[in-house]
Amino acid sequence: MKCKCPECDGEITIPKDAVEGEIVTCPDCGLEYELTFDKDGKCNLKTAEVVGEDWGE
Amino acid sequence: MPKKLSIIYDRTRWEEKALIKAARRKRISTNLIDGKNICLNISGKYDSETYGDIILQRCISYFRGLHISAVLERKGLPVVNSFNTSLICGNKLFTSLALENAGVPTPKTYVTFTSEAALEALEKIGYPAVVKPVVGSWGRLVSPVRDRATAEAILEHREQMNNALLQIHYIQEMVERPPRDIRTIVVGDEVAVSVYRSAPAGAWRTNVALGATTIPCPTSSQLEDIVLRAARAVGGGVLAVDAMESPNGPVVHEVNSTIEFRGASTATGVNIASKIIDYVIKTSKK
Ligand SMILES: [Zn+2]
Repeated sequence: MKCKCPECDGEITIPKDAVEGEIVTCPDCGLEYELTFDKDGKCNLKTAEVVGEDWGE
Repeated sequence: MPKKLSIIYDRTRWEEKALIKAARRKRISTNLIDGKNICLNISGKYDSETYGDIILQRCISYFRGLHISAVLERKGLPVVNSFNTSLICGNKLFTSLALENAGVPTPKTYVTFTSEAALEALEKIGYPAVVKPVVGSWGRLVSPVRDRATAEAILEHREQMNNALLQIHYIQEMVERPPRDIRTIVVGDEVAVSVYRSAPAGAWRTNVALGATTIPCPTSSQLEDIVLRAARAVGGGVLAVDAMESPNGPVVHEVNSTIEFRGASTATGVNIASKIIDYVIKTSKK
């Protein structure tokens, strides 16, 4: 599956085993997106959260 | 009745995918909940319809995960790790206190709230030492302090950052050790696996997120005893106990709650995700 980068219109390939909430990176502009799926299986890209100071294990 | 598992996440990492795969392979019905979009009514009713019979809380954000666990656990749903374990492990001082109290070998540690007091503590511990924030991970803002001039610079920098958590100075002796540490994954009452994590050449921190390499490590009975006691001390659950090899034996410096285990899984071939799912299901039956 392919998705258009909302920022630069670049083409982002979505891996077959991709899961809701996974992070994908645009190969053209390098922005990170969180992957979500519609009810009909269409993928959506949402700008990923930036790393918080309380992130980690 | 088959158990229903909910995994609460805020980012689906390698670990979450491995956990989902392991649960599906065991034919456990698995529900994924995005912790970022969750809306929790504190006087609401929480049935297993929405949240399942057991919850695996896997948020990367410590505070978000902790607050979600607080509500769900109080509403009677079993959460792994427990609110209490998450609370302790997310804070380095609370962890040190738990370890110290349980007699687990841990580095000498002071806590101070001003630069002046921090410098005093550093004189007591002696240079080199380590200054860390009490909350936060992946080695961020963890600074080795070789002398008083460096200490003053680091502390001044922290004071200027308008952040309440950075005004708590957690100061620790620098343990004499090889340039690696030992990470042991503990699942319930058992050691799943131990690995060495070596800092990349020229670096000092051993976080996998910072490029450390991972190789298998035999779990000696001495190490096993210490890490299991450390796990119990923080309330138990699914934990990663990090220890340093001091001249006097293993010294535990950290216990992590929302664990990353990609490196340990890949290096050893142990299916840690599968062990975690077994433990979680067992916990739901209690
Ligand atoms: Zn792009």
